[in-house]
Amino acid sequence: MPRERLDEPGLGLTGTTWTRVSSKLVWTELVSTVLVGVVVTAGCVIIGVVSGGFGRGAGTVWLLIGIVVAVIALVTAILTPRRVRAIGYALRDDDLVLRRGLMWQRFTAVPYGRMQLVDVNRGPLDRVLGMSELKFVTAAASTNVRIPGIPFEDADELRDRLVELAESRRAGL
Amino acid sequence: MTFRPGPPPPAPPSHGNAAAAAPLTDGEWHRMHPLTPLLKGGIFLIVILGYVLNSLRDQLVEFFIPGGGPQDDGDPVRYVYEHGVVGWVLLGIVVLLVVLIGLFYLSWRMHEFRVTGEIVEVRSGVLFRTNRKARLDRIQGINISRPLVPRIFGTAKLEIAQAGNDANVQLAYLGTKAADDLRQRILVLASGAKDEESGGSSRRSNGVLQDRVDEIFSPELDPAAVRATRIVKVHPGRLIASMLLSGTTVFILLAVAAMIVSVALTDEYGILFGLFPAVIGAGGYYVRKFSRSLQYTIAETRDGIRIGFGLVSTSNETLPPGRIHAVSVAQPLLWRPFGWWDVRINRATNAGNGASNNQQVSSIVLPVGTARDVREVLDIILPGLVGTAVAGPTASPEELREGSSEAVNVVDDSLTTTGDRGGFVHSPRRGAWLRPFAFRRNGYRFVPGAVLLRLGAVWRSLVIVPLPRVQSVKVSQGPLERALRLASVHVQTVQGPVSARVGALDARDAQRLWSDTAERAVEAAAVDTSHRWREREARLDPATSVPHADHATGTVPPGSPWGEVPPPGAAR
Repeated sequence: MPRERLDEPGLGLTGTTWTRVSSKLVWTELVSTVLVGVVVTAGCVIIGVVSGGFGRGAGTVWLLIGIVVAVIALVTAILTPRRVRAIGYALRDDDLVLRRGLMWQRFTAVPYGRMQLVDVNRGPLDRVLGMSELKFVTAAASTNVRIPGIPFEDADELRDRLVELAESRRAGL
Repeated sequence: MTFRPGPPPPAPPSHGNAAAAAPLTDGEWHRMHPLTPLLKGGIFLIVILGYVLNSLRDQLVEFFIPGGGPQDDGDPVRYVYEHGVVGWVLLGIVVLLVVLIGLFYLSWRMHEFRVTGEIVEVRSGVLFRTNRKARLDRIQGINISRPLVPRIFGTAKLEIAQAGNDANVQLAYLGTKAADDLRQRILVLASGAKDEESGGSSRRSNGVLQDRVDEIFSPELDPAAVRATRIVKVHPGRLIASMLLSGTTVFILLAVAAMIVSVALTDEYGILFGLFPAVIGAGGYYVRKFSRSLQYTIAETRDGIRIGFGLVSTSNETLPPGRIHAVSVAQPLLWRPFGWWDVRINRATNAGNGASNNQQVSSIVLPVGTARDVREVLDIILPGLVGTAVAGPTASPEELREGSSEAVNVVDDSLTTTGDRGGFVHSPRRGAWLRPFAFRRNGYRFVPGAVLLRLGAVWRSLVIVPLPRVQSVKVSQGPLERALRLASVHVQTVQGPVSARVGALDARDAQRLWSDTAERAVEAAAVDTSHRWREREARLDPATSVPHADHATGTVPPGSPWGEVPPPGAAR
């Protein structure tokens, strides 16, 4: 099924070498998914039970919401390793290309000259696992390019390289 | 009308209506117009005076017509009057006024600005000093607004829009002429032009009073002063009609209908009273919107486009070339029978300080107009956006116009078309699942220097994104789209009312759109010099005979189609 997915030949990215992110990112993602899933599910279930369980209308609705949330969280958690493997970025001659997503697949290209600043973020879990998240800010708020799961040293190196590239191609807004 | 509050300021800084003297852009510190403290503090004085007069009214009436007045012990003025402390209270008020005037005078003394070749800098504040520097080549527009009262006093507020949130530089207030002059000079400095020709704006003076009268009644747009070559005006009649035919009106009518129905059903006429604030609010909304859009003009000047509006309180803004990040030409459903369109733009500035309502207006270029008006407006705004990307940085205005002509023509032809006409790549038939009406219209095409998106069959619109202004491009595909072999592309620009997102394209077309846009945007941005829009002229002028090899390396020769540009990476 060559035409059904966004593929590299179609995007003119044939031969691009993708840098994949650290597989340890799976753990960060898993923890946050499970945490959110459990909390929201528990909340829904508690409200459902308090408002009368399956016997009453409101209770049924809340319990059903809880079940749906749990299922979604479970599916998300199961797919996490594949989703993490789907994240990749490539430094082309003039722009950075980021790919993300499995079910909702997306490719974003940001010309180096458009980068206004590069953020390096580290959450508590990321820090334990030795990873950083890189975030690129352009003048467009909707760009929102984030690359999670880059090892510490690589992240700093990549940031410096990107700043350098952006500087050499700096133009107006 | 030349009185000044407080003692006259010390000699060195040229102030106020000193357009004729040393220019305000000489790099020295200057102060605002001497009437500023009065204009800024005037509202307090008026409030105090109003309160005192209102309270004294009874006393005065009684003073002249003895006897009869109602005895009201709760009135503080009466209390003061009867206890014989009038003198103290008056003294207190006077002291308060003096202190206030003193404070405003002090803040005026401390409020200074200067303009050098690179920056504009403002410092202000008495206890809390603030200092703001803004780079001239990042100016997104310069707005001169004249609210009614400052206008009567011959002053204006100058606001330099900067890229960023709440990053504007405000100079309030300056003399009207000084403001006009300053804007022109800042634009000349920002443009990178080396020739310091003054705008030739030395209008003759006919005596102070006559000048003031002339200023108040002069048309908002002085064609001679801005050397406008093209002007589009909006007819007031059409403006009213277009406002009445807006979604707001439909909403209000629906609300009124709901009210009537509920009154008829419940027989409770009390509900009607709840309607009053809504009616007043709606009326105010229309009046405000209308009065702000009156005398709407869009003009082309040497330093960009100039948008002016307002009848009583006027405002006009100059947008240098290349400051517009996306343009949309759209037609609300109700305007369709009349063939009206509006033109909106995305800009990098986001005025936060007190000018938020102004911001809303300044993203509208044409509030309402026919297809012909749209064409003229596009003729005005596109040469500076699309033309520079096509004809290269060294092109003359004629070449710029030529470079953008294809974009203008295509937009003009494609406002109402569907299918393949106009060279658009549109959604396939199966796109009807996601775009039931618009699948034959929903599409994109490239013109030299820009990417065009043709969207919507019911709410028609056409989006133009100049390639040098593209921030990033995204192609995405959700599960539903994947099942239908479709994808959507978002050409991301700075935030604004225009969203350049096209969905339900054939996956192959979407991928091609993505890769082409990414590639062309890089090339276009590399040769774009519009942040110093006249530097190239200046650089070229001294040696028109010598071709500048260094500048020509990465650029596109004029007229070459975009398919044959040098490979990525060659530029710069």
